[in-house]
Amino acid sequence: MKYLDEYRDPQLAKSLIERLQRTAFSREEVRLMEICGTHTVAIFRSGLRQLLPPQIKLISGPGCPVCVTANEDIDKAIWLARQPGVIMTTFGDLVRVPGSSSSLHIERSKGADVRIVYATLDALQIARENPGREVVFIGIGFETTAPTIAAAIQQASELGVNNFSVLSVHKLLPPVMRALLEAREVNVDGFICPGHVSIVIGAGAYREIVENYKVPCVITGFEPLDILQGICLLIDQIEGGRAEVENQYRRAVSWEGNSAARKLIDRIFEPADCTWRGIGVIPKSGLGFRQEWKKFDAAERFSMPEIAVKEHPGCKCGEVLRGVMSPPECGLFRKVCSPQDPKGPCMVSAEGTCGAYFRYSE
Amino acid sequence: MDPGLIQLDQGSGGRAMHELIDSLFVSAFKNPLLEERNDSAVFEIRGGRLAMTTDSYVVDPIFFPGGNIGSLAVHGTVNDLAMRGATPLYITAGFILEEGLAYGDLEKVVLSMAEAAREAGVQVIAGDTKVVPRGKADKVFINTCGIGTVPEGIDIRGQNARPGDLVLINGTIGDHGMAVLCKREGLAFENEIQSDAASLNGLVGLMLDAFPGIHVLRDPTRGGVATTLNEIAEQSGVGIRLFEEALPIREDVLGACEVLGLDPLYVANEGKVLAVIPADGADAVLEVMRRHPLGQASCRIGEIVSDNPGRVFLRTQIGGHRLVDMLRGEQLPRIC
Repeated sequence: MKYLDEYRDPQLAKSLIERLQRTAFSREEVRLMEICGTHTVAIFRSGLRQLLPPQIKLISGPGCPVCVTANEDIDKAIWLARQPGVIMTTFGDLVRVPGSSSSLHIERSKGADVRIVYATLDALQIARENPGREVVFIGIGFETTAPTIAAAIQQASELGVNNFSVLSVHKLLPPVMRALLEAREVNVDGFICPGHVSIVIGAGAYREIVENYKVPCVITGFEPLDILQGICLLIDQIEGGRAEVENQYRRAVSWEGNSAARKLIDRIFEPADCTWRGIGVIPKSGLGFRQEWKKFDAAERFSMPEIAVKEHPGCKCGEVLRGVMSPPECGLFRKVCSPQDPKGPCMVSAEGTCGAYFRYSE
Repeated sequence: MDPGLIQLDQGSGGRAMHELIDSLFVSAFKNPLLEERNDSAVFEIRGGRLAMTTDSYVVDPIFFPGGNIGSLAVHGTVNDLAMRGATPLYITAGFILEEGLAYGDLEKVVLSMAEAAREAGVQVIAGDTKVVPRGKADKVFINTCGIGTVPEGIDIRGQNARPGDLVLINGTIGDHGMAVLCKREGLAFENEIQSDAASLNGLVGLMLDAFPGIHVLRDPTRGGVATTLNEIAEQSGVGIRLFEEALPIREDVLGACEVLGLDPLYVANEGKVLAVIPADGADAVLEVMRRHPLGQASCRIGEIVSDNPGRVFLRTQIGGHRLVDMLRGEQLPRIC
């Protein structure tokens, strides 16, 4: 079992699709939100959308960590990158995300030292190799990446590295799901829950969503068969009037999740209020440094001034992230906004909804 | 002066430079034209059309599994000529060396170039050497120019694809790009992924012998198969349909791509040729390709269609369809 071909088997896919096609839907439209950017891309790449019955509508959600990073956080990162002697380190896509008036990509071309790293430990290594300079890492991502960032900070402490800090713009998933449901702006009949985040937080983390909001949650893997099976499980629940947590991705996700990873996050960070692009402040939806670890907090280490934040007029990333609008409905989509000249983060990231629509659909 | 490291003197035109050229470059590339040591190489070419190309090589790291910047420079230049059906003859090599480059590294690069040139049947007949201060170049940059002759009756160009043609490739996709990426970033998987860099002129020669009416040949280098096919689709004003289950991908390359969230269709290749061939010639060409060491995994991966001109589409493994756009920006690994 190699975990790729088996989950792309065309015959099995055909039987799942036929099963969905045969469903006697009790309503005209079933709206399933696939929160995670990797799911958005996987659905496009497999060409799944056109194979589903017309009643099933897949809506993208706020599950792309680059996309939900607020303009003010990009502006902070840019300010830090401009400070003399600072080496700004970041995961890939963030460099192209436009802030109020610039991007890290533009700052790099003007001389700022901005480096893309593949892992936070690489950023720590850069700090060790450049003891005379301040190295800042932009900590983005959901619960999937937070443990590796926490591990890097812990290692920095153990090694006595004093020139390394993290700008924490981490986001947590269950709070934003709650916020979307509370806002009642978009009807969601079921959630296709993210696979990788769930490895850390566990299937049990969605129980309160199901119990408080009666919306079915199915944790789903990323291969075509995973997604089809996940959709089948959701449709069965919805048509059967049930609302439960089901785990389709059992080969990777357990009910309890990865407690060691969560302990690591918990040692360094605590839940903190956090601004999400297009949504605003969601209480306890981000990660703030605990008091004893604040020396690694870039926001504390540098005295950042107040930055006047400007949003791009016409950019509908917020609506797209909340599931209210699909990218083709945005006036800028393709006409003004493209991966080469993005007006908002959803177009920049390879896992951003707008970027995925642009790259994979006509 | 540390003889182990390249110094600025060695690019200044004086004795040090001449010693470097004689002891390393001329000694390795060894051919009568180069050995004349004149400002230009003068040679005759029998009448007809010439093909000429230029390329610059800045790959980082300069050594990677399956090759190095030197062998890559020869293969890339030879392949650009081969893609027009030309017989490659001569190459030039201009070196920009960073002060402090290890002489041993330069020697390895140059000896690899010489070997690659010998295997491809081309000669390096002119060159240039510059040394720039530390930090102004990344170890070594190589610029080449290649010249070849195009046999009569051969007209291969991106505008030639026609609906009904088939799209063939001589083997697995994504090898080179993943080999270089994994080496550069220190990403270790179970096996070290090997670059596929190779000179394709021998293979292409056999393909044209089997069927001179080949419409398009192009090597899918930076931007991968996806970008190259988009170029052809646009130039010819046709649509291209690819079949996902037909795409040949090595298991280790696919695994690395999956882990990093990269699409093999956009990853560079340096030993692959995409051929667009009228349907009645495809079988004959595939047969000769499969008999050649660089074509054993040759297969058909798609077809040229008249709908959606200028676009490339993929029929996915589960029977869906999706657009395969040109690469925009750089492919970056996913975050979470």
